[in-house]
Amino acid sequence: MKDIREDIAWAKINKDVLKSLESPRKLYWAILTVAIAMVAVAVGCEVYQYNVGMGVANMDNPHVWGLYIATFIFWIGMSHSGTLLSAILHLMHADWRKPIYRFAEAMTTFSLMTAGLFVAVHLGRVWQIYYALPYPNERGVWPNFQSPLLWDAMAIFTYLSSSILFLYVGMIPDLAICRDNIHSGWRKKLYTLLSLGWEGTDRQWRNFRITYLTIACFLIPLAVSVHSIVSSDFASSQQPGWHITSFGPYFVAGALYSGCAAIITLFIILRYVFKFEEYMTLPILKKVVRLTFAIAMVWTYLNLIEYATVWYSHDEASKHVLIMKATGVYAPFWWMMNFCGSIVPLVMAFKRFQTNIPVMMVVSLLLNLGMWLERWMIVAPTFADGYYPWTWDHDQWPSFVQWGIVFGSFGWFTLLFMVFCKIFPSVSMYEVKEMVYHRSLANKKLEVTGMQESGKGAH
Amino acid sequence: MSVSNLLENWSEFRHKHPVEDVPHDPYKWAMSIDLDACTGCNACSVACYAENNLPVVGKEKYAHGQAMHWMRIERYWPEDDREFPDQGAQFLPMMCQQCEAAPCETVCPVGATNHTPDGLNSQVYNRCIGSRYCSANCPFKVRYFNWYDYPTTENVWPAEMTQQLNPDITLRGKGVMEKCTFCIQRIRVGQRSVKNEGRVLRDGEVQTACQQVCPTNAITFGNLIDTESKVHQQWKAQRVELAVDEQTKDKEEGGSDLRGYRILEELRPYPSVMYMERVRESAI
Repeated sequence: MKDIREDIAWAKINKDVLKSLESPRKLYWAILTVAIAMVAVAVGCEVYQYNVGMGVANMDNPHVWGLYIATFIFWIGMSHSGTLLSAILHLMHADWRKPIYRFAEAMTTFSLMTAGLFVAVHLGRVWQIYYALPYPNERGVWPNFQSPLLWDAMAIFTYLSSSILFLYVGMIPDLAICRDNIHSGWRKKLYTLLSLGWEGTDRQWRNFRITYLTIACFLIPLAVSVHSIVSSDFASSQQPGWHITSFGPYFVAGALYSGCAAIITLFIILRYVFKFEEYMTLPILKKVVRLTFAIAMVWTYLNLIEYATVWYSHDEASKHVLIMKATGVYAPFWWMMNFCGSIVPLVMAFKRFQTNIPVMMVVSLLLNLGMWLERWMIVAPTFADGYYPWTWDHDQWPSFVQWGIVFGSFGWFTLLFMVFCKIFPSVSMYEVKEMVYHRSLANKKLEVTGMQESGKGAH
Repeated sequence: MSVSNLLENWSEFRHKHPVEDVPHDPYKWAMSIDLDACTGCNACSVACYAENNLPVVGKEKYAHGQAMHWMRIERYWPEDDREFPDQGAQFLPMMCQQCEAAPCETVCPVGATNHTPDGLNSQVYNRCIGSRYCSANCPFKVRYFNWYDYPTTENVWPAEMTQQLNPDITLRGKGVMEKCTFCIQRIRVGQRSVKNEGRVLRDGEVQTACQQVCPTNAITFGNLIDTESKVHQQWKAQRVELAVDEQTKDKEEGGSDLRGYRILEELRPYPSVMYMERVRESAI
C-alpha cells in the first residue's frame, strides 16, 4: 500500500483541501454545537467558582491541588506530538508526515491555550495573575525565580508563542493558495493579509525554507524543556510520590504518548468530516499507530522504572504513597491508568488492527483516558497519603465544578480546533504536492532503471 | 531602579540558611511544647481564633477539611490492644513550625511567603495569588487557604460579634493563603516599644495567644538567641539545636533520657518548634 497516490493532480489537491473550508459534512456542525455546549458548562462553573470562592471545587487542606493541575499537565502533554510530527520528523525527512502535520501543529497550539486556561482557573486570586510576571515596577517587587511554577509560566509562554509562529510560517504558501482561489469576502481579506504577499518566487521559497527550518530547530528543545519543567513542579518539591528523579523523561514520554493518541483520534475525525480520505490514508495511519505503539512501550518502561525506584528506595513515605495508590481510595483509577496506558496499546501491535478505524478510534480514546488518569494519579494520591498522618482521612473527591471545567476544556479545545480547520487549510497543500511529486519522480526513476518497486514508497 | 534591585539583591535575599549563615540577631523566635503537660483542652486553638480573627467555618465545611484553625490539636491513639475508655488519646498541638529552610518559601511563584530577619516565616496576604503551591509542599500541612470570602460569609462573624475582632489583624479575603505567624502583631508592637528604650525584648514580654491561655504552661515561646530565655534553656536542656537535622536524643544508642525532638526533622526544614515527648501513659 502506498502512502499516497502519485497521480493526484495538483489542481485536485487544491480543490479537495479548499473544499474543507467551504462544505464539510453535517457532522462538523454537530461537533461544533456540542463543543459550544461543553464550553458553556465550563464557563458556568468558572463563574460560580469565581464568585463564591475555590471552596466550591471541594478542595480542602491537604487536597489543595486537584483536577485543574492534573488536566493542566494533560493538555500541556497533548501539545508535544504536534512538534514531534512537524519539527522532529521534518528534520528527519520522514515525508509521510506531510498530509497530517498541519492539524497536529494546530493541536499543539490549541492544547497549550487550553492548558493556559487551567493556570488561571486554578488560582485563588486570578485577578492578580500578573503578579507572576517579571514586570519592572516601582516597588521593586519581583516574582520568585526559585519557584518551578514561575519557570512553568515562562516555558509555556515561550513554547506557545513559538508554536504559533511555526504554525503560521508553515502555512504561508497555503494561505496564498487560499487567497487566490477563494471568493471575495472577509476571508479573502484575511488570507491576503496573512499571506504577506506570497507569490512563490525562488527567493521567497528559499527564505521560506530557511525560516521554517530555523524555527523547527528552535522548537524542538522547547518541546522537551516545557514538559520537563512541568515535571519539576513535582520533582523539585519535597512530597512523597512527587520527589522522583525520573519525572523529567517520564513526563516527556507521557506527553508524546497522549499527543500521538490524540493525533490518531483527530486523524480519524478529520478524515471523515472533511472527506480527506485521499490524503489521510490508511498507510499513514498505520505509521502513526506504530509510532504511538513505540512511545507507549517507552512510557510503560519509564512507568515501571518509577515504581521500581520508589519500591527499592526504602523511603517509607514514598512507598506508602505507592501502596496506597494501588490499594487506597484511588485504586480503581490507578489500575485503570495502568490498564489503559500499558495493556490497551498492545492492540496496536497487531497489523490487522493498525488500519481498522473503529478499533483505532476506541483505542486512541482509551489511551488518552489512561494518560489523563496518569496525571491525576500523579497529583492527587500524594495529598491523600502524604507525610502527615493527620491529613490522611480528609475528603478528597472533586466537586461537580471541577468535573464541569475539566469536561468543558475538551469542548474548548474542540471548538478552537474545529474553527481553525474550517478557516485554515488543515492539510498542507504545498507539502502534499511535494510529496506526490517526489514519489512520482522516484517511480519514474525505478521504471527507467527497471528495478522492482520495493512497495515501501520511495524516499 | 528595580532591575538593578533584582540583579544586586536577589541572592542576598534568598541566601539566609541556618547551617552556613550567622543566625539571626538579636532575635530568633522559637517555641517548645511539652506534650507531657498538654491535656488537649483546645484552649490554645480557641485563643488563636480570637487573636487572629480566624473564621469559624461551621460544621459542614469543617467536615470537608476546610477549617481554618492555625493552631490545631491532633489526636493519636497508640496501637495497643486497648479500646477507647481504657485508652486515652495522645495530643499534639500543631501550628506553623516557622521552618528555617521552609519548603513553602522556595516554591511560591510570587514570593508571598518569605523569611523575616528574626526567623519567622512570613505570609504577605496582599501578594498572594492563591496558587497553593506552598501548602502542597508543606510537610506539616499547616497552611490554610481562604476557600470562601469569609469576611462576607454568613455566620462566620455575626454582626453583633464584629466588635470582638482584633483590630491589629487584617481580615483575609477569598483566595489567599494564611497560617500561624507566632502572633507577629504582638512581636512587632513589643519590638517597637522597646526600641524606644534602646534595649531588646526580655523573656516573657511578648507572649503568643496560645502560650498565654495554656492552663498547663505546655507552650513556651521566646527568643532563642537570648540565653536567659526559658525557650533557650529548654532547647539547651534537651540538647536540641536549630541547625542540625538529627538531635542528640536520636543519636544515643539504646534510648535516651532526653525528650526533645522536632517533627519531620529528617526532611531538613529546620523547624523552630521543639516538642518534648510524652512520658506519662496516655490519659485515662
